[in-house]
Amino acid sequence: MMQMLEGSLAVAEAVKMSRPQVVSAYPITPQTHIVEALAEMVANCELDAEYITVENELSALSACVGASAAGSRTYSATTSQGLMLMAEVVFNAAGMRLPIIMSIANRAMGAPLSIWNDMQDSISLRDAGWLQFYAEDNQEATDLHYLAYKVAEDHTIQLPAFVCFDGFILSHTYEPVDMLTQEEVDRFLPKFTPYQRLDAADPISFGMYATPEYYPEFRYEMDKALRRSRDLIAKAGKEFGTLFGRDYSALVEGYRLDDAETAIVTMGSLGGTVKDAIDEMRAEGKRVGQLKIRVYRPFPAEEIAKILSHVKCVVVLDKNISLGSKGAVGLEVRDALYGSGIPVRNVVLGLGGRDVRKRNIREIVTQTEKGVGELFYGLRTEVL
Amino acid sequence: MAEKTCELFEAGHRACGGCGAALAARLVTKAAGTDTIVVSSTGCMEVFSTPYPETAWKVPWIHSLFENAAAVASGIEASLKKQGRSEKVVIMAGDGATFDIGMISISGAFERGHDFTYVCYDNEAYMNTGIQRSGATPYDASTTTSPAGSCSMGNKRPKKDMPQILAAHGAPYVATASIAYPADLLQKIERAIKTKGPCYIQLHAPCCTGWGFEGEQTIAVAKLAIETGLWVNYEMVDGKITKVKKVVRKPVEEYLKTQKRFRHLFKPKRQDAEIALIQAIADKNAEKYGIDIKLKKE
Repeated sequence: MMQMLEGSLAVAEAVKMSRPQVVSAYPITPQTHIVEALAEMVANCELDAEYITVENELSALSACVGASAAGSRTYSATTSQGLMLMAEVVFNAAGMRLPIIMSIANRAMGAPLSIWNDMQDSISLRDAGWLQFYAEDNQEATDLHYLAYKVAEDHTIQLPAFVCFDGFILSHTYEPVDMLTQEEVDRFLPKFTPYQRLDAADPISFGMYATPEYYPEFRYEMDKALRRSRDLIAKAGKEFGTLFGRDYSALVEGYRLDDAETAIVTMGSLGGTVKDAIDEMRAEGKRVGQLKIRVYRPFPAEEIAKILSHVKCVVVLDKNISLGSKGAVGLEVRDALYGSGIPVRNVVLGLGGRDVRKRNIREIVTQTEKGVGELFYGLRTEVL
Repeated sequence: MAEKTCELFEAGHRACGGCGAALAARLVTKAAGTDTIVVSSTGCMEVFSTPYPETAWKVPWIHSLFENAAAVASGIEASLKKQGRSEKVVIMAGDGATFDIGMISISGAFERGHDFTYVCYDNEAYMNTGIQRSGATPYDASTTTSPAGSCSMGNKRPKKDMPQILAAHGAPYVATASIAYPADLLQKIERAIKTKGPCYIQLHAPCCTGWGFEGEQTIAVAKLAIETGLWVNYEMVDGKITKVKKVVRKPVEEYLKTQKRFRHLFKPKRQDAEIALIQAIADKNAEKYGIDIKLKKE
């Protein structure tokens, strides 16, 4: 049913309908509305979950580790500084193969302190072994939670997942969202059946230490599971499409890309602005298209190489910067296109909530076609 | 006390001969029984008991990180509650994990009132990383980060009073115990597990390697800690001390002399002033907890 919902509330509703048994989270802007909404649902018996009001983010995810290992479906949400405080547990949860789902309302990293959006937080943890989904709008932000649970909990995967959506731009924006009913969610997402759990009837040890004789194989198995998850995403995404009309089987999505000469690569909410800018440029006869990356981990390198094989140039818009290098997505798209001869430009923009408008996108395309332009776009030179 | 016969912490682990912590794991699991889930922090016990693919634990066991055992236990307890399961949650963490790096997560978990038993096996320093001082290291102990030297007498601060801190959180049951008194320890573990809410037991577990004594002396050293008043076994119910082990006290140097970590107090020359300060700590303990047995004068 179509509803006019704030992004955070739509996500909270989706989480509720995913039936987590243990929720553990700590408030942080701009994620707070989600955990407030969940607390209210628990208080009103709309959500039958244990809600642990932890003392910080490190404990938020640690409690999820315990709850997940004991056999419960778990949920947490955070952003930015909170995500970095839990970084040690982020790696740990993946290594222990616990399918925890965590929403990330993407926000910039301090210093300087910024509560506004970019993707430095979750992208900085790309190597932790979590699946990473990025939503373009609030419809995706809600739907991807169901998909994330389904894929993460599959016994052939057993890895945790971030569902990322841009802080404020999505989390605090009201949009029409087609919300599933509980019956529909139940049809798509079965009850959590852990592959193994802490159980006195069948004692096993979790989180042992591994010597050099064993460690690399653990990492290999994680990598293999993460790579394998692309097939599961395709399968579950297709099933979702069949059931509810929105197909998420593709890890990347093209927009007016088939005959495009210039491709703009985006992740997250920037995709919407880029689509509008493309429509304008198309009306003027420019052959521009968009490639949206919805799944960043596992990285869909083959899909990207295939879908972009015909374009003349590519520009990757990165809302993050690996300081001293380039935007993280740009680097990997370049790697995906290695050997194709297609030039890849990388643009870092929108950091710390700096607004990105259609005219900025148009200017970036013009620069790219001319082969000019810096890595950082739109700097205010007067304050440098 | 129900008789406990089963061994739930297996032989064959990698602890040093005479390890107090290994004995602690054996006694605590024995008292807790099979319907228990154990949460460990990173540390000696975690490492010597679970080198993949071997494990010494015959109860379900989990280790996540150094600082988060109380938070992991919180999640397990919540999960068990949700599932309507009966297992009890017992944390076994070292003093570094408890007094120092895990302090925030412990405080949070005790304040929230989860139903678990937190056992700190206290060997008074970071033993796993090579005997560095922690907030539990006693006054004047020489460790690798508080070494005695020409202008240092070792660790400059007395032990942090963790039991009191956790009692102040409203913990319904707090106790101290020693591996040298297993019957007392077993009773305390059973009581903590039966008590609803977060309970804390601080368990003195000497480390022969870290403290510098022969492995066969572990129990003797642990006993001397009690007999000198440098370790006091007591119980606190709802913040009030209800039971204290009384002793006929011996001078502290009988305890200090058994361990290399206090050797600098006796060699190359005897440090009377420092020994007197440590005696004062024991005297203060004796007064505070009323441990002295008064012998009848003839």
